[in-house]
Amino acid sequence: MTNPILETRNLTKIYGQNVIFKDINLKVNEGETIVIIGPSGTGKSTLLRCINLLTSHNGGQVFLDNQEITAKGHDEDKVRQQIGMVFQNFLLFNHLTALDNVMIGLTKVKKMPKEKAKEKALEELNRVGLADRADHYPGQLSGGQQQRVAIARALAMDPRVMLFDEPTSALDPELIGEVLGVMAKLAKDRMTMLVVTHEMGFAREVADRIVFMEKGSIVEEGSPDESFYHPKHDRTREFLWKITELYGKKEKEKGAVE
Amino acid sequence: MIAFYEFFVRFLPDMLKGAGITVLLTAEGLSAGFILGLLASLARVYGNKFVRGLAVGYIELFRGTPLLMQLFIIYYGLPGLGITFSREWCAFLALGLNSGAYQAEYLRGSLLAIGDGQMMAGRSIGMSRAKTIWYVILPQALRLAIPAWSNEPVSLLKSTAVVFLIAVPELMAKAKSIAAQTYDPIGTYLAVALVYLAMVYLLDAFLRWVERVSRIPGFEMEGRKA
Amino acid sequence: MLSNFFSYIIQGTAITIGVTLVALPFGLLLGLLMALVHTYGGKIANRLAAIYSLLLRGVPPIVLLFILYFILSGKVVNLTPFWAGSLSLGIVSSAYQMEILRGALLAVGGGQMTAARAIGMSRLQAIQTIVLPQALRLAIPPWSNEASIVLKDSSLVYALGVPEILRRAQQLSATTQQPFLAYGIAALIYFVLVFATNRALDYLSERTKLPTHP
Repeated sequence: MTNPILETRNLTKIYGQNVIFKDINLKVNEGETIVIIGPSGTGKSTLLRCINLLTSHNGGQVFLDNQEITAKGHDEDKVRQQIGMVFQNFLLFNHLTALDNVMIGLTKVKKMPKEKAKEKALEELNRVGLADRADHYPGQLSGGQQQRVAIARALAMDPRVMLFDEPTSALDPELIGEVLGVMAKLAKDRMTMLVVTHEMGFAREVADRIVFMEKGSIVEEGSPDESFYHPKHDRTREFLWKITELYGKKEKEKGAVE
Repeated sequence: MIAFYEFFVRFLPDMLKGAGITVLLTAEGLSAGFILGLLASLARVYGNKFVRGLAVGYIELFRGTPLLMQLFIIYYGLPGLGITFSREWCAFLALGLNSGAYQAEYLRGSLLAIGDGQMMAGRSIGMSRAKTIWYVILPQALRLAIPAWSNEPVSLLKSTAVVFLIAVPELMAKAKSIAAQTYDPIGTYLAVALVYLAMVYLLDAFLRWVERVSRIPGFEMEGRKA
Repeated sequence: MLSNFFSYIIQGTAITIGVTLVALPFGLLLGLLMALVHTYGGKIANRLAAIYSLLLRGVPPIVLLFILYFILSGKVVNLTPFWAGSLSLGIVSSAYQMEILRGALLAVGGGQMTAARAIGMSRLQAIQTIVLPQALRLAIPPWSNEASIVLKDSSLVYALGVPEILRRAQQLSATTQQPFLAYGIAALIYFVLVFATNRALDYLSERTKLPTHP
């Protein structure tokens, strides 16, 4: 087995009296796409933010390329340059065009010369199919387009791993497909990805491994086939049954993600 | 009517000189106030407890007392502690400090309106806190603040009129000396009121223009998420 | 010594409060009238009210104070500096209060008027019993701001020789040769007055809030 790019050991987050998640052990190998599923409020989003050091954790460790990034004195900003993050509500920089949104990390953080940064940014926009919208402000783009720009912004930093925090749950149904399409393409190109989503079709088609989280801990993990057709735990089965009943119809209409 | 015309011919140069100082005081006070207000608002929103306390103290103190009071403390009070400034400096300090406190509140409002999401997005691509504030939050907050902030230049222009009470030779001071020469205080102050009115009108028109050209498509106070 | 200082300036405080208590209600009355004229008056009345507001809000309060003071303490009307100053401040404030009330009247909206007319009320009755009670409540928060502005602007009557806080501080500073202390105490008193005013009006706003208003 290859070396894990990202690994958490006993990662724990407590907020006041509430245990958000406890003793999370997770390994993400190079080129793998891991999808985390589970009911709302089980700490999936917070887990991603803790991995990216956007939220402080209360115990355990996170390793990136076998280096402990949660160690004291580690440069957080350096870490985040290597971990891309895509948010539920896009969070594009509202005062910048699509191109500038992708460029700003290159010019201000990586200190890349403007011309080179522009070239690279256009490349990334092209990768998400939005090169023709480079001059548009976020306010002039649809939700799906905004999210694709956000993906390009994260990709531009050449991250070792990409985190997706429910990237499609703020989108109108007809716009979900274009974002999932971009993500599927990334997975095919062997980008290392950790995805929190409720899109079961995507999970089944694209994920190498599925992690089921509930009430702050990992209940089970396995290949999509194992998870979907032979879940080991009742709770997993129950959740999948509920979610397919809820989303099944919608997905049938939309068709599976190619 | 003829009297009015003669009045203007005789005293217009003097009034324009005073108006020039009024404009200068406004520009100086606004600029100093902007820098102070920016620092104070950033300190109040992003500072630690101590820095935040300082900012709150400054803002509340200067918004909670009259400008004239502040002017007198600087002009008459500080010499009691051995600190002396010229009249012009006193006027500049009082106007700048006073305006800074008000501008801080306008800017704070828009900093808060930008929300945590933009900070998180900036940090997520590896920007430091300071860089995110500078490149991501401030450019948005400053644009967002323009409509509310654009009251301040006009308000400050009107406020400058009190500095004649420490004998700074701006428009109102000229008015007082003209009134003493003409024995017609009502007519004189009416004429000066007209000059102020014209300045306020021009300034207002200019600010509306700025507001229009600094708009970003689809980026307004309302209709924005997180 | 410090308590002597305080008690001397406190006498000016009474006058500062007096000026505010004359100017603010007078400005409210005048402002309310102009706001009603602007909102419900005919075309000409509406235009006149708008000009009134523009002229008064486009000129520094101290300039207006001087003009009005010389009119109100002239040959035709001859008021004391206290009354001339207070009423002048009230007129200045009326333009700002008018804008606050106008905004509130607009916020209540025409639907309430229509509904009141539909149950047979006259225009005047509808304004009095339906629209105003709502508009005045909505106006309290911005009006509180104006109240503290009038309190602070009352310092301008210093220039007319009215012995309010600043004038007292000046006299005290001259007799004691302690300018910083004298003006410092004056500033402290102002700060407390403004703070107390804001708090009191916040409380009023809380108390008068309609349960359905968000």
